[in-house]
Amino acid sequence: MSDINPALETFSQEVDELLAAMEEALLGLEGTPDDADCINSIFRAMHTIKGSSGLFGFDDVVAFTHEAETVLDRVRNGERAIDAELVSVLLACKDHTAQIIQHFLFNEDEPLPESLHQQSRALIAQLTGQSAAVGGMPSTQEEKADHFEVDDNTTDSSDNWVISLAFKQNALRNGMDPLSFIRYLQTLGKINEVIITMPTLPRIEDMDPEDCYLNFKIAFSSNADKRTIEDVFEFAEDDCDITILPPNSRQEHYLQLLADLPEDQVKRLGEMLIEIGALTEKEVAHTLNEQCADDNLDTKPLGEMLVDKNILQQPVVEQALKKQEAVKQKVNKESNYIRVDAAKLGYLINLVGELVISGAAMRLMVDKHGLSDVDDVASTMSHLVEDIRDTALQLRMVQIGETFTRFQRVVHDVSKELGKQIQLQITGGESELDKTVVEKINDPLTHLVRNSLDHGIETPAERLRAGKPEKGTIQLNAYHDSGRIVIQISDDGKGLDPEKIVAKAVAKGLVKQDQVLSKSEIYHLIFEPGLSTKEEASNLSGRGVGMDVVKRNIEALRGSVSVDSELGQGTTVTIHLPLTLAIIDGFMVEAQKERYIIPLSMVEECVEMNSDEWQIDDTQHYVNLRGQVLPYLRLGDFFHKNKKHTHTQRESLVVVRFGEAKAGFVVDELHGENQTVIKPLGKLFENLNGIGGATVLGSGDVALILDVQGLIQHAKKQVNPTLALSSSV
Amino acid sequence: MTAKANKNDGILCVPIMDDMTIYNAQSLKETLLGYCHAGTQELQLDLSAVAEIDSAGLQLLLLLKAEAQKRGFTLRLLRHSEAVIEIFELLKLGMYFGDPIVIPANWKKS
Repeated sequence: MSDINPALETFSQEVDELLAAMEEALLGLEGTPDDADCINSIFRAMHTIKGSSGLFGFDDVVAFTHEAETVLDRVRNGERAIDAELVSVLLACKDHTAQIIQHFLFNEDEPLPESLHQQSRALIAQLTGQSAAVGGMPSTQEEKADHFEVDDNTTDSSDNWVISLAFKQNALRNGMDPLSFIRYLQTLGKINEVIITMPTLPRIEDMDPEDCYLNFKIAFSSNADKRTIEDVFEFAEDDCDITILPPNSRQEHYLQLLADLPEDQVKRLGEMLIEIGALTEKEVAHTLNEQCADDNLDTKPLGEMLVDKNILQQPVVEQALKKQEAVKQKVNKESNYIRVDAAKLGYLINLVGELVISGAAMRLMVDKHGLSDVDDVASTMSHLVEDIRDTALQLRMVQIGETFTRFQRVVHDVSKELGKQIQLQITGGESELDKTVVEKINDPLTHLVRNSLDHGIETPAERLRAGKPEKGTIQLNAYHDSGRIVIQISDDGKGLDPEKIVAKAVAKGLVKQDQVLSKSEIYHLIFEPGLSTKEEASNLSGRGVGMDVVKRNIEALRGSVSVDSELGQGTTVTIHLPLTLAIIDGFMVEAQKERYIIPLSMVEECVEMNSDEWQIDDTQHYVNLRGQVLPYLRLGDFFHKNKKHTHTQRESLVVVRFGEAKAGFVVDELHGENQTVIKPLGKLFENLNGIGGATVLGSGDVALILDVQGLIQHAKKQVNPTLALSSSV
Repeated sequence: MTAKANKNDGILCVPIMDDMTIYNAQSLKETLLGYCHAGTQELQLDLSAVAEIDSAGLQLLLLLKAEAQKRGFTLRLLRHSEAVIEIFELLKLGMYFGDPIVIPANWKKS
């Protein structure tokens, strides 16, 4: 035993252990014939001995144990019942296996003696119930092949990187020497084959020896990764088209890596392939550039281009795409929207509102006590609170696209009904705004779209006569503009006729015959109640109720609406809306020790001066602002009618504008901008005149938010009607 | 003069006396082209004095080989210098040109 090599010694030990375990299991089976663990351990013993023997070339052992294993496999699968007879045969097999292995261990090169061979055959016959002659040899071969398969693969001669280098014409002139790169490549691995082609070679007479005509295809075996190999040619990049095709064995490697990629986020195909090292960034960038440069409409996808260009094998690309799809689905499932109870969201927004208020209160205290060291902390917190506020408001934001797409159906149905050909184009559907605003804007939008359909777009015959395409177009567009959302409804129809509008307005007594109006003022008249330019009303629109309602609805959302039109060219209605209704930028004023908030967007200007300098006409109730007649309202008087109070020496005038209407509020003091969290008033106060809501100030005081629209109306009522008209239009 | 020809029964033996690099590729090409005429049956290039060869030089050799096949004359490369052998080894070109390469006894591979 002394001259047995260590591997064989290990083998012998292993066999001893396995056979001992097998014997124990077999004996155990006599008691409990169906014990799966026992059967498994017997099977494992035979299987492992077969495998190990194969490694050492003990073919006879392999042949014998193979038969035993086959039978045991059937037993394991329940195809053959194990009985006392089989157990005894298996015990004999175990002894026999030990015997033949002993023989090989001690008489290495001698063939198995005939007696043992006979015993093998007899046992196999007993095991399988077949004649002993069908012994092991063929299956031995098979098994052997099985065991060495792995080795065969690794030495496969085709397992090379294939590097293609196509040098450009000027490569040599630019100081490149292709040979030097190949020389350097040698340091990374073994060059197995080089094919040199000169595809663009001209006739020898025309050939310029300073041009480079050489293309190389190099079969290269190396353990380096793609990056490293690519780096070899780093300096040649500009003068050479390089493709590096990984060897087939790498493919497996890449596929494995792809499978192992984390599935937490969707990546682009290129990114994935770079991550696993199948592609380098340069290759991706290059291919993408090419893709962009291709003007062809049906550009190929990246994966296809990579395969076409021989940068990567098809299976890797396919696998990557599959992986990408899988991740996409998974992520989609995960990142699906969470449905949140609107009430909870509302509660959160409320809390954030409170937070903003207490933030302001803290700010106040810090300033009051002049705590400079607290100042930094307070500022940081204010920033955070602002961020939280913005994020919380974001939660309520929805895309307007869904609202827009609903109009596709409206347009389709109505155009059919009217015998017109109209298409709806939607842009900016991804613009977001507050859910409440979206809900409330739906009706006005419907009205405007129907208007365009009905009045705007002409019949096909009319359109052709006007030299326009038969098919009319209505565009819905939305975009964000300085904290507000702008929605445009435009059509390429016949446009508004200013003369008709003026005539109608005069007939209705809205304007005077000789009044000079600007174009936009004229267009704005369509928002006046009772004005429709359509001679006869259809069931869609034209009854003159509508545009004024649209305007009112929009202004109720603190938005504004304007019209622009070109006769014969089309009409555009533009709506400006605030993004949210919960928190606004306010302007704080004080009158009679009471604080009021005016929405900042409605403040036009502030004039501060001594009251005696003002040209206030108390009887006519207007103020002369640089020659302009302006209705005004003393906020103090308005809200504290019964209180007797003295006017302070200095008063301020805040000029507010709502739509086109203007008015002045006379206040005692201006406090400046303020972030206002709008708190709706309770049921009891809902119908209060002139107040739209309330807010809590940092100091804990309550300030009322003015309903500017209502107040302007009120101010106008006090003024002589003729004056009011000229100032409001 | 880069090369000087010895004419003998349609067999030209030309020793290349200079480096085969981009710097003299132009003149080398002119010279070699000069030998590619109808009367040439075999062109022998003696490369023993080529101390340096680069891609441009290699390109000319490949070109000449292709031209020889086209025109039906034989190109033989003789007495490859170390520099030539090195790139032939690198690019496994020995088989392509098919000329016996004699590796000198004092061959030292750098």
